[in-house]
Amino acid sequence: MVSHIREYTSVTGVAGPLMIVEDVEGVAYGEIVEIETPHGENRRGQVLEAYEGKAIVQVFEGTGGIDTKVTKVRFTGSTLKLGVSMDMLGRIFDGTGKPIDGGPEIIPEKSLDIHGEPMNPASREFPRDFIQTGISTIDGMNTLVRGQKLPIFSGSGLPHNELAAQIARQAKVLGEEEEFAVVFGAMGITYEEASFFMTDFERTGALEKVTAFLNLANDPAIERIITPRVVLTTAEYFAYEKDMHVLVILTDLTNYCEALREIAAARGEVPGRRGYPGYMYTDLATLYERAGKTVGSRGSITQMPILTMADDDITHPIPDLTGYITEGQIVLSRELHRKGIYPPVDVLPSLSRLMKGGIGKGKTREDHANVSDQLYSAYAEGRDLRDLVAVVGEEALTEKDRKYLEFADRFEKEYVTQSKDEGRDILRTLEIGWDLLSILPERDLKRIKEDYIKSYHPKYVREK
Amino acid sequence: MAEGKIVKVAGPVMKAEGMRGAMMYEVVRVGNYKLMGEIIQLEGDIATIQVYEETAGIKPGEPVISTGAQLSVELGPGILKQIYDGVQRPLEVIRKESGTFIARGIEVPSLDRNKKWEFTPLAKVGDKVEGGDFLGEVPETELITHRIMVPPDISGEVVEIAHKGSYTIDEIISKIKTEKGEEDVNMYQKWPVRIARPLKKKLDPVAPLISGQRVLDTFFPVAKGGTAAIPGPFGGGKTVTQHQLAKWCDAEIIVYVGCGERGNEMTEVLEEFPHLTDPNSGKPLMERTILIANTSNMPVAARDASVYTGITFGEYFRDMGYNVALMADSTSRWAEAMREISGRLEEMPGEEGYPAYLASRLANFYERSGRVETIGTHKREGSLTVVGAVSPPGGDFSEPVTQNTLRITKVFWALDASLADRRHFPAINWLRSYSLYLDTVRDWWEKKVDERWYEFRAKAMVLLQKESELQEIVQLVGPDALPEKERVALEGARVIREDFLQQNAFHEIDTYCSVTKQFKMLDIMLEFYDRANEAVSRGASARAIAEMSVRDGLSRLKYVEDSKVDEAIAKIRTNMKAEFEELVTRVVA
Ligand SMILES: Nc1ncnc2c1ncn2[C@@H]1O[C@H](COP(=O)(O)OP(=O)(O)OP(=O)(O)O)[C@@H](O)[C@H]1O
Ligand SMILES: [Mg+2]
Repeated sequence: MVSHIREYTSVTGVAGPLMIVEDVEGVAYGEIVEIETPHGENRRGQVLEAYEGKAIVQVFEGTGGIDTKVTKVRFTGSTLKLGVSMDMLGRIFDGTGKPIDGGPEIIPEKSLDIHGEPMNPASREFPRDFIQTGISTIDGMNTLVRGQKLPIFSGSGLPHNELAAQIARQAKVLGEEEEFAVVFGAMGITYEEASFFMTDFERTGALEKVTAFLNLANDPAIERIITPRVVLTTAEYFAYEKDMHVLVILTDLTNYCEALREIAAARGEVPGRRGYPGYMYTDLATLYERAGKTVGSRGSITQMPILTMADDDITHPIPDLTGYITEGQIVLSRELHRKGIYPPVDVLPSLSRLMKGGIGKGKTREDHANVSDQLYSAYAEGRDLRDLVAVVGEEALTEKDRKYLEFADRFEKEYVTQSKDEGRDILRTLEIGWDLLSILPERDLKRIKEDYIKSYHPKYVREK
Repeated sequence: MAEGKIVKVAGPVMKAEGMRGAMMYEVVRVGNYKLMGEIIQLEGDIATIQVYEETAGIKPGEPVISTGAQLSVELGPGILKQIYDGVQRPLEVIRKESGTFIARGIEVPSLDRNKKWEFTPLAKVGDKVEGGDFLGEVPETELITHRIMVPPDISGEVVEIAHKGSYTIDEIISKIKTEKGEEDVNMYQKWPVRIARPLKKKLDPVAPLISGQRVLDTFFPVAKGGTAAIPGPFGGGKTVTQHQLAKWCDAEIIVYVGCGERGNEMTEVLEEFPHLTDPNSGKPLMERTILIANTSNMPVAARDASVYTGITFGEYFRDMGYNVALMADSTSRWAEAMREISGRLEEMPGEEGYPAYLASRLANFYERSGRVETIGTHKREGSLTVVGAVSPPGGDFSEPVTQNTLRITKVFWALDASLADRRHFPAINWLRSYSLYLDTVRDWWEKKVDERWYEFRAKAMVLLQKESELQEIVQLVGPDALPEKERVALEGARVIREDFLQQNAFHEIDTYCSVTKQFKMLDIMLEFYDRANEAVSRGASARAIAEMSVRDGLSRLKYVEDSKVDEAIAKIRTNMKAEFEELVTRVVA
């Protein structure tokens, strides 16, 4: 696109995060505008609707202080671009990509459109490389693979940040030396939360492998629309041009969606469920689908978005639409948290859709899938019995039922629970799983192949 | 034809003036990038256009050129084994031209223009032919012979027909003398996707579409030419079920439309299908498959095109006399695209913001399914089965897309989050689901498999229904309060649920279960229940029955290869008799 910069002072209306500019010429849809307020402040915005002679512009930093007389608007002729370079590793930026760590400006090697382009499904490579996160509930039962998008569904006050930081610290692909580069995007979280992550990265010496983009709670809300795109553009550059394996952590998607809602309301759009725009599924997909692996490039993008569910409600539009796009979800439970269990992962509603391709013989161990299935069904049964006991008392239970209850309790204490710096390797996770399964009658292990029972059941292992 | 200029751009929708003369649903090229779009509203000389590609950077004032044609697909050899986007652009070719990411405004031919196909004529000079008649055939893949048909709107006398030999799709293979003059016919035809291809008449479905999935085939069968909806929350198992159908169902052609869903799910099919063999033909599954991928991050307007493109492919192969099955995952994303476009048109929103025409669009789509007598001089039958996934927000089936779909489709496979959470797969709720084809396919089952099928199925359903009623009591007062006879019913239902209904799509044997094996499994499981009932009436306890070792045999039956099933069942039967005898004797003693 030829960029001819045009400057106007013809703002005719301001409403919410939007601004109307008239008597303009050659405005492109999606074009970036630079705004100078009467107080000499500089802001940026993007064209949401382009007419002949009129543009509706969304202002990232908010419209406060913009007037309809003096405010200057410059149309840049270009969509939003981010200058990228390898020097971004180890640096901290604001939510739009400006350095805020006191370091030098980035001298870009390339300038990339932050919206990216849709990846051709025929260019994807199906993700199959097991990532050991060192967390049993994930590695053993909801395996993460390289190139997957696996969000954490949490609630306010739950330790999702601790878990995400622990994963970032411990994640590795077995048999490979190379560590993940982390691109971290904060959207509307507090200074303290952001600083928790930064301190953790620093403490573990990971900082030089981290690029952080921070839009904090007191930063402009509309800017949050850009932040994840800037993050993903950086990640794509590292992954597809520099062959790196990138782990993207985005937190908190809930704040991102609130910003979307705000813009939709200002535009007077017909609201969808709970006031969120009808196109929120599509919008979120343009973020989440930027995870993956491609044929012919060594790098990959693994995404771990974090979102807090309003009222712990998984059917709320934000977790709901996310779950419809991502390749599973790790769900944290308030009940487990109250019991003092860390990480409070509730495995039942959790899921990794890419698990089956990343585990098994030659990757983890041949019995992995069976053990996981069996743990799931035994724990589900134990939980049902717990509910039953609450109603009818323990007396009504059979011997076998009691074993399932014991299983469920010990599962939470021994399998789910681990400390914040414990990285369990997958063999240890499988071993704990078998120990727990050995509580149950062997005949009940219907989901496990007989050969595997013979090879791995503690009873037979001891015999050997 | 018209040439206008853009006056407004807002996301995937734009308005252009100077478009007088353009038609509704005409394809246009938009802006300097020549993006592909379609006219969806005309008012005076203003056209509203939905654009199938990303519109960032497009300016009012840029040109819009109409093409004179409605949104159409090319139908001819070379369609099979392809992965297309929503407007029939081959994604492999796009990848060669633009790399990993899909660049804008790219124009590539839908069918390979250079490839030569082995053509064998079936018509001869002097033949009187009409639309649908076979002019010749081409072995398109190892599995599928592609019939070159007279296009629907042509009839007359064959005045020239090509000799056996290899030709490209552009070469003329026949000339037909019609009332309007001589028509050149080559190996492909164009067809506007929004218009159903003609047929002679619709026939009632008779045969089931066999999928090898026990809960579908035995409990809630869909007929060849029928329609089914599979609504469910995220992670419920819509995609896995549709993939299972695409892999194992006994249709001859599979059209799989990934509409607004994940890229990796299409990649999975692309990587996996060439290595899987069709249980009916022994050939790689890809040989019969067409993929259409308009993933969630691809332009939203093209979702609409993708389902129409898919169904048109389906009708075309149906016209050749094939049984075709189409899976659309997910129709909700298509509905949402309609809602988004409608919102930008500022149409009056209906329920939950969906346009008022949602119901009629869905109905028109599913109505293109059917078992039919095709056009053509010779009597010929083909069928097109349509299975649509629905993704209701929050998993709540009362929303408009699910409700409007259920009004049309005859089979309802209701996915249930609580089953999925406990890893009961397929998570199809047996009490909520239904099939209106039971009586239709009964004859087939009774003739081909066993005359007791209908009866057995009903018996199992009654047992499952009873279980759910008993469960409610147990939740209130505990299992001990139930009489032995009812506790045995719980055991009997548990066997059906765990050992029959549950089926692991990822287990090398369990992934596909033949109809005979399905029946034999059900037979022995019901026998277990009957014997258990009898034992209880002779004094055995339900608890002892729950602990019987024959239960192990029943639960491992699904992992037994077809060739060894009879042997395994015979063994179970012998042990079962003995074990029940022993139970009862113990009681007497
Ligand atoms: N028949 C089955 N056998 C084994 N596992 C299954 C089966 N069906 C579903 N699953 C499991 O459930 C997961 C989710 O299934 P699937 O991807 O089909 O859900 P979905 O309904 O399509 O969800 P979404 O709406 O988010 O696309 C799968 O990844 C798999 O782990
Ligand atoms: Mg799906």
